[in-house]
Amino acid sequence: MKFFGYTMGDPNAPVEPPSPEMYERMGAFMEEATKAGVLLATGGFAPLNEAVKIKYDAGEFTVLDGPFAEAKELIGGWALMETRDMTEAIEWVKRFLATAGHGESMIRQVYGP
Amino acid sequence: MTDARTQAAIETVIRLESARLIAGLAHYTGDLGLAEDLAQDAVVAALEQWPAEGVPRNPGAWLTTVAKRRAIDFFRRSTDLNRKYAELGRTLAAEGAAWTPDFDRAFSDDIDDDLLRLIFTACHPLLSVPSRVALTLRLLGGLTTAEIARAYLVPEPTIAQRIVRAKKALSAADVPFEVPAADQRAPRLASVLEVIYLIFNEGYSATAGDDWMRPALCAEAVRLGRVLAQLAPAEPEVHGLVALLEIQASRIPARTDAAGEPVLLLDQDRSRWDRLLISRGLTALQRARDLRGERGPYALQASIAACHARAFHPEETDWAEIVALYEVLAEVMPSPVVELNRAVAISMAYGPQAGLELVDQLTAEPSLRNYHLLPSVRGDLLRKLGRETEARAEFARAATLTNNERERQLSAERAGERTA
Repeated sequence: MKFFGYTMGDPNAPVEPPSPEMYERMGAFMEEATKAGVLLATGGFAPLNEAVKIKYDAGEFTVLDGPFAEAKELIGGWALMETRDMTEAIEWVKRFLATAGHGESMIRQVYGP
Repeated sequence: MTDARTQAAIETVIRLESARLIAGLAHYTGDLGLAEDLAQDAVVAALEQWPAEGVPRNPGAWLTTVAKRRAIDFFRRSTDLNRKYAELGRTLAAEGAAWTPDFDRAFSDDIDDDLLRLIFTACHPLLSVPSRVALTLRLLGGLTTAEIARAYLVPEPTIAQRIVRAKKALSAADVPFEVPAADQRAPRLASVLEVIYLIFNEGYSATAGDDWMRPALCAEAVRLGRVLAQLAPAEPEVHGLVALLEIQASRIPARTDAAGEPVLLLDQDRSRWDRLLISRGLTALQRARDLRGERGPYALQASIAACHARAFHPEETDWAEIVALYEVLAEVMPSPVVELNRAVAISMAYGPQAGLELVDQLTAEPSLRNYHLLPSVRGDLLRKLGRETEARAEFARAATLTNNERERQLSAERAGERTA
């Protein structure tokens, strides 16, 4: 089963840049998850205020630049995982958060194409 | 948090740690059976303590520590009881570990190497193929005997016995817990790849039963392949196998229709193929080729699968390339089944008559006498040539030869089908 995990937070709250130690710890964690055959793809997001919102309604496109007002949004990183079930995905996200030190993540099951 | 969720989380953590725990213990004790017993003791302790105390911050280290204490107790008790273990104890003592072995050193050495040793040992050629499969799923997959039994539709005691006998056989033969030396590496690796491939195939096209696929086995095989590719990155055929499995797994969503009936490759809705898995498969195939492994049997099969994966519509398939790949495959891995597949490719590239000529040569092949796909392919080619009566007889014969209920139905339907 595939699961998409992503971190949530206030896009306007200041974020300290990760320390070299954090990079190293996170790198080791990513390696562990890859070696376990769980991590299929991963990436990070550019800040939300650089995002673009596109709407289509009644034949009209509207393209909006940030910043956007949402209080809690998808920020930071994401990972596409393949695990046996949701319980295993939860365990991996717990390990991710423990590596990151703190944070809040969501997991959504990904349905097949 | 509910109790059920806590319990599920604990079981999941244990399963995730299981292979590394056993691998580390097997390295330390040099005895796979003993390692699994020690690991099991630690698991029992975890199941007793974690529900009340919570899962420890580093569950792997917790399990290792408990198993460590059991091992020390065991070696102390064994001095008088069992000469072999007493010897082991003395050897460890001579290494300077005395009766308090330095587990931290043994475990931090390199757990990846230990995992690789575990894979090679579980897939040792002295074991029967079903034993290798059961042992691999148990030790590397962390599946319970009940889960393995369910996946293979056999009674649980059968699997339990297979695992016990396999461990005894390894112990009786004094199989060392190690990655095989260079001169043994190729055949031993072939045995490992075969086990992973068989697990995948059992899930992909179940040999018996009502379910056409058992996706959990496919998923486990793909995971094992991905793990192995990380542990042995310099082996081209490992990447070849991973490429093959990723690409075949990409078709799983399209291989059955809404009613659960099988859908043949050329009839599949290719928009339902998993593009991420295809791209992972193509990347793995490129890795195999970069390592000069393009003529490996798995890499060749992956190359053929890649030809299908690259075609968004069946009519875009490069059949001439597939024929050429089957020709190389027939050279490096001669087999009547490969010839049958080559015949299908020839019929697609150069017409049904050309394919039928090769298939007709194969009907004399003894090993294909009871192979249901031979009459199935022959029926298909005859139908395309308008030889309807002969075609139906072939499909009827195919239906009698398969043990898989859904495949049987498919052939029976084709036997009754009229061409438009």
